[in-house]
Amino acid sequence: MSFRSPHDMGGLPAGPVDTSEHASTFWEQRVDAIRELTRKIELDGRPLIRVDELRRAIESLGAQSYDELSYYERWIHALSTLLVEKGVLTTAELGRKLAEIEAREEGT
Amino acid sequence: MSFSAGDRVRVREMYPPGHVRTPFYVRGKAGIVERVVGEFDNPEELAYGREGDKRILYRVRFAQRDVFPQTPSGSDTIDVEIYEHWLVPEGDGR
Repeated sequence: MSFRSPHDMGGLPAGPVDTSEHASTFWEQRVDAIRELTRKIELDGRPLIRVDELRRAIESLGAQSYDELSYYERWIHALSTLLVEKGVLTTAELGRKLAEIEAREEGT
Repeated sequence: MSFSAGDRVRVREMYPPGHVRTPFYVRGKAGIVERVVGEFDNPEELAYGREGDKRILYRVRFAQRDVFPQTPSGSDTIDVEIYEHWLVPEGDGR
């Protein structure tokens, strides 16, 4: 059986490519900044998160998430997973922060 | 196994899980080494936070019709950069 990962889509039928330009949103810029920080911060003499690790985590999202999430949503999901894997964050910390933000958003 | 520019090679037809850098659509296809790109840390190991061993990267040129048989005509080619452990000499099977 040949295993094909959802991101490895070269040559598959697809619709037209949307080539229109669009400005990045503030939250997308923040995700980009977090990614830059995780590349620049070194742990034991190497980047905290290498690009190869980020790609691996994005490819591991699962077919449904991979298709449904936007570009930077994939990044932040993958970065969160890697930061948990590396012991920088715990899932409990992430969960508390997400709940806090949701509560704040509901209040506005 | 190391190759030189001009060598005929075939991409291994294998489908391991995990992070790999060889696109699905060239697996099992034959092409010609266009150039030796250089030696790099193996990204398939770096992807898991391990130190990658050094692997030679080749740029391999394929006839587009060999990769995508529905290509109408012409002499278009596709270049893909592929690490040494994914390549075998053409003619030696897979």
